[in-house]
Amino acid sequence: MLNPDQKLNPKLFDADVEQIYIRTGFGEGLLKAGEMDQRVVGLCADLVESTHMLGFKMKFPERYIEIGVAEQNLATVASGMAAMGKIPFMTSYAMFSPGRNWEQIRTTICYNNVPVKIAGAHAGISVGPDGGTHQALEDMAIMRALPRMVVISPCDSIEARKATIAAAKTPDPTYIRLAREKTPVMTTDDTPFQIGKAQIVFKSKNSSSKNSVGIIATGALLYKALKVAKKLDEEGKNVTVLNVSTIKPLDEQAIIHLAHETRALVTVEEHQIAGGMGSAVAECLAAHFPVPIEFIGVKDQFGQSGRPDELIELYEMGEKHIYQAVQKVLIRK
Amino acid sequence: MSLADEKVKLLEQKALDIRRSIIEMLIEAKSGHTAGPLDMTDIFTYLYFHALKHDQKNPSWQYRDRLVLSNGHICPVLYATLAHAGYFPLSELNTLRKLGSRLQGHPHREWLSMLETSSGPLGSGLSQTVGMALADRIDNGRTSGKQFYCLMSDGELDCGNSWEGAMLAGKEKLQNLTAIIDRNNIQIDGFTEDIMPLNPLADKWRAWNWHVQEVDGHNFRDIDRAIGEAHAVFDKPSVIIAYTIPSKGIPEFERKFEWHGKPPTTPGEIEAAHKALKEIRTMGGKVESPHHS
Repeated sequence: MLNPDQKLNPKLFDADVEQIYIRTGFGEGLLKAGEMDQRVVGLCADLVESTHMLGFKMKFPERYIEIGVAEQNLATVASGMAAMGKIPFMTSYAMFSPGRNWEQIRTTICYNNVPVKIAGAHAGISVGPDGGTHQALEDMAIMRALPRMVVISPCDSIEARKATIAAAKTPDPTYIRLAREKTPVMTTDDTPFQIGKAQIVFKSKNSSSKNSVGIIATGALLYKALKVAKKLDEEGKNVTVLNVSTIKPLDEQAIIHLAHETRALVTVEEHQIAGGMGSAVAECLAAHFPVPIEFIGVKDQFGQSGRPDELIELYEMGEKHIYQAVQKVLIRK
Repeated sequence: MSLADEKVKLLEQKALDIRRSIIEMLIEAKSGHTAGPLDMTDIFTYLYFHALKHDQKNPSWQYRDRLVLSNGHICPVLYATLAHAGYFPLSELNTLRKLGSRLQGHPHREWLSMLETSSGPLGSGLSQTVGMALADRIDNGRTSGKQFYCLMSDGELDCGNSWEGAMLAGKEKLQNLTAIIDRNNIQIDGFTEDIMPLNPLADKWRAWNWHVQEVDGHNFRDIDRAIGEAHAVFDKPSVIIAYTIPSKGIPEFERKFEWHGKPPTTPGEIEAAHKALKEIRTMGGKVESPHHS
């Protein structure tokens, strides 16, 4: 059942569950952060509406810089502004930022240790019809490899809002990953959020240890993980779902605890399996408490044009695939 | 009003001292870059001993001018100038590129707090300077009194990021920003015009709405006049294209692109460098030659 402590959306499993852009939450959070702290400035590479920075631009035009289609400039100008005491939020599509400007982020933001906040929109295969060139599937890998970089992948609009407000209050370079499509709203205003803290969002009442399994998900695919968990729970499996919205620093304690409890895990993310959240979990558990893991994610491929739901199925990240991965990992126990 | 004779003499003497330190550092470190540090010595000297508003006793003084070194590989001249300006002891210069040293092979702001940024990967310094000037404008308007300087190489103008920053500065009319380009015509693999032609360089900057000046990068009065004009221009950022002689101060190495990225290491090279060190005391005569009048 849903963890009552999480105060999740009670209509979460309804057919008409509310769907909102994760980007919308970012935009709301940025506006709030801008109201709370005048050091917050916005920079965008010609995608101000699409990345939901428009509200900030309208409210604080004097604190908004239009950079044009120049993502290397986006990162380096933001670094310079941070050096003068600003808290810059910079937005583009994840494919271009951090895709195109990785070295500038490394040297001028992370190495300099300045509080630039990078929001990468249109991450994941669910970008859909734009095709493979625009579907960022490597962004978490390249960001989590950078010393000091905090990496957050919110599961829904509300969590994105909280993550954005929280990021504005830290001195850390931070990457926030945003999807393109509207996605189900799973959390509520009352759901706890803390950077670096994973949350158990679903826990079976079934006590079987033989059939126990943990599903670790990040981003909007958490919704599919929850639906699979509900089904497995009804079938008598002992399933726990962990929402890992902060990929780095990873909540190792929560992951090791889940591995102890379940002895079998499935990781779920809309990202290359190589280097993503599942890799981070595997690195942690290989060192502390190895258990069998099945990885749901993109398997060393590029995406293509299609409807988001078609692509999620084609690239084997659907509910069916998560369900099968659970069966497989249970056999490996 | 041009620089007084006494001031020029003082700057020339400082530049000699700094060149001597650079040569000693490179011989000691056994790695690093020779040509750029020596050809930018006069400009660094002019900035730190005349133009910059700064306080070595309070490096984080908020009203200081900001100086960003974009082509971080010429940091021996930055470190030597900072030491001669009193930011840290001259003896620390011997630690360049050694384990645990604050004087990293390329500048590391976190370890050397008086730096405005870390640099090394080329082409990103101008944009950072633009960001600094924009942030200052948000807080203090267009007449904050602070100057923002970016020292760049000609070779790094191959980088697209350099031009992205140039476009934005022109768009934003950042009149308190001055870029100084070390136009030494060399980069690692050869002469700039063979590797990737930059000319007509001045026209390129004019096209992005910059105020452009060209100066002899070894002539203090020329540099001073250009900086004065850059400060006076109100509606545009300024770029000063400073023509310099690579490896200036070691005659055997001068103008040769081969000295872009290496220090003197062979016995013959070290001898040439030592010879230059010996002669450096008499270089005052050279600096006072007609070329520098």
